Order: sequence, then C-alpha cells, then structure tokens
Amino acid sequence: MASLRDIKTRINSTQKTKQITKAMHMVSASKLSKAEDFAKAFNPYSDKIKEVVNSIAGSGQDAEHPMLEHREVKKTAYFVIASDRGLAGPFNSGVLREVYRTIQQRHQSKEEYAVITIGKMARDFFKKREMPVLKEITGLSDQPNFADIKDLTSETIQLFIDGEIDELVIVYNHFISAISQEVTSKKLLPLSELKEESAGTTSSYEYEPNQQEILNVLLPQYAESLIFGAILDSKASEHAARMTAMKSATDNAEDIIDDLSLQYNRARQAEITQEIAEIVGGAAALD
Amino acid sequence: MKTLTVSVVTPDGPVLEDSFEMVSCKAESGELGILPGHIPLVAPLSISAVRLKGENPQRIAVSGGFLEVRPDKVTILAQSAERPDDIDVKRARAAKERAERRLLAKQDEIDFRRAELALKRALNRIEVVENK
Repeated sequence: MASLRDIKTRINSTQKTKQITKAMHMVSASKLSKAEDFAKAFNPYSDKIKEVVNSIAGSGQDAEHPMLEHREVKKTAYFVIASDRGLAGPFNSGVLREVYRTIQQRHQSKEEYAVITIGKMARDFFKKREMPVLKEITGLSDQPNFADIKDLTSETIQLFIDGEIDELVIVYNHFISAISQEVTSKKLLPLSELKEESAGTTSSYEYEPNQQEILNVLLPQYAESLIFGAILDSKASEHAARMTAMKSATDNAEDIIDDLSLQYNRARQAEITQEIAEIVGGAAALD
Repeated sequence: MKTLTVSVVTPDGPVLEDSFEMVSCKAESGELGILPGHIPLVAPLSISAVRLKGENPQRIAVSGGFLEVRPDKVTILAQSAERPDDIDVKRARAAKERAERRLLAKQDEIDFRRAELALKRALNRIEVVENK
C-alpha cells in the first residue's frame, strides 16, 4: 500500500491539474460565447448573398459560369478545418478520421486528390502521412476576420476556376449546441444545389451591366462566404468541444481526488491504530 | 423628403443601417445614383467610396462588393466596408507603399494584378479619410 506521503503528493498534483482544466473550461466558455456572436454577425451577410445568388440562378435564363459546371472529376480537393491546439476531445480526430477514410475509399493515387488545411493539427496529420497539402493556414485567431482568410479562399476558388481541381469538398465540425458537434462533409464546388433550391424565390432584378458579369463577381464571393461561414462554425465547435472536454477532465480530477482522500484517511487511520497497538503492547510488556 | 433604408453588411458583421435620401456609388459599369423608388437592381461595385446623402451624410470605403436595390431599401454587400473613423490611415499608407514597390518590381501577371488591387484599396481608404 502506498505511503501517506505518496498519496498526499498525488492529491496535490491532481488538484493542480484540476485547477488548470477548470481555468481552461472557463476560458473556452467565454470564447464560445464570443464565437457565437461572430457567427451571428455573419448571418445577415450570408443570408443576403444567398438570396441574391438564388434569385439570379433561378431567374429562368440559363446562367453559365465555370463554377456551376460539372466536369469529369480528375482531382478532388478536401478543405479540412481543424484547430491549432488539441485538448478539445474528439474535435480534431473526428474531422481528420473522416477525411482520411474518404480519401482511402475514393482515391487510388496521390494524383487524384489534395488537401487544403486550416490549423496545425490538420497540416501535421497530412504531412506525416505524406499526402499532398496544397495550401495551409495555421495560427488563425480565435475570432477570425474575413480579411485573415480572404487570400486562402480566393486562391482556392481560383484553383477550381483554373481547372486544377474539379471538385471541392469541405469537411468541418458543425456546431449544433454547446454539448454536441457533428462532423459535416459538404460538396462546395461546383455549386450544384443552387438551381434546385431557388424555385421559390420571388424578387426579380435588373442586372447592371448583365447577368453574366454579376455572376462572375457574385459566385466567387458566394463560395468564399460559404467557406468563411464554415470556419466560423468550426471555431464555435472548437470552443464548445474544448469546453466539454475540460469539464469532464475537471470532473474526473474531482473523482480521483475523492478516491485518493479516502485512501489517505484510511492509511492515516491504520497508522494511528498501529501506533496505539504498539504503545499498548509496550505498556503491557512493562507490567 | 422620401428616404430609403441603407444597410451595409460585411462578413464581419453589419457596418451601418440608417435611412438616407440618396445613394451614390461607383459600379463596375460606371457611376450610379439611387433615389427612393428605384426598380430592383443588382450591380457589382468597384473599389471605391459609397456616398450616402441625407441629414447626416456618410462616406464608406468598400471593396469587393455589390449593391442590391429594392424600391425602399438598398443593401450593400461587401467583403470589406469601413467608415472614415474606422480606417487605419497608417496601415493604408503602408499598404500603398508596399503595393507601389511591388508594381515597380517586375513580376508575373498574378502578383502584378494583386498588387494593383491592393494599391486601389489603399488609395480608396486614404481618399475616404481625407475627404471626410
């Protein structure tokens, strides 16, 4: 049985770990509420741009644009959104596993796919497995601005327009609630859903100079906004996942401390009992 | 006087929502003036200043945006939109110099194009601040 001092040391170190996880839990909680505000601030923009895009795509005339075109898929790019740091439970591993499995299933050679990563965890994962990483961003702040990721999104979309990739799939953690996030995989390019969704729109516009020019401006912007939305969504999920992970770590630390305290008290009691027995034994020997 | 509601939204959140008498802006195809009761219209905006006229006039530097007009409402969707007070002039000037240096150095076409856009954005910001 462990000595009194050993148990005491373990209690102390667990206590310290608990303090850290508790602090991280609270930090994540406050970051989560900020991230939710950010996602909310983004909503008016995304709603509006979606509305306009749908109304143009659904205006009857056949809108032609490279981003709407289905090509034979020779190369698929996966846009993977993970985080820079771990300690967030299954946040990173869930996304990475999903991408890895999809790639293993769908592709035979490295020519057929590439990944674009956000976050150190994703980059390191794919580099280690020697998978082609096309572009990457690390060290993105907890509340990213659109300007922070604009270069990446526009370059990504340019890759599609130039025909270097024929399909873009985005994989990220979708935020459902503070305790539940879901790994989501969405086909972003070509923009195929537009025409199906747009049946019910009412407004019709004049286009200045014409529909084609507007699509040239609007569709890249729309796709960029979808990526940005996914990043904000993923950030909220990250904080939520970390919050949950840290909460359960704190709870576990408490359980361990309880167990150890019980052990400690028993050991102390045993020691006292033994001492008394020794004294009594010693006194009896004197008589 | 009749007014129209103008709202300016960016991915980082709404910038402004207020009523004005006239919106004057520069679309890719040329200058546009919007008065209340305009027919529904969509037009891409160039990197420029949007002038909002009314009781308290405003100028806003926009880049990468477009304009959606309805009879009583104008929505400007832009990748970035700033009021004069929110513009960091120092940063804009630094960006201008950087872009100018890049333009002077001979480079491939994409970098050239990018530097050109950066220069336009910087000039636009500086201009909006100075003509406040």
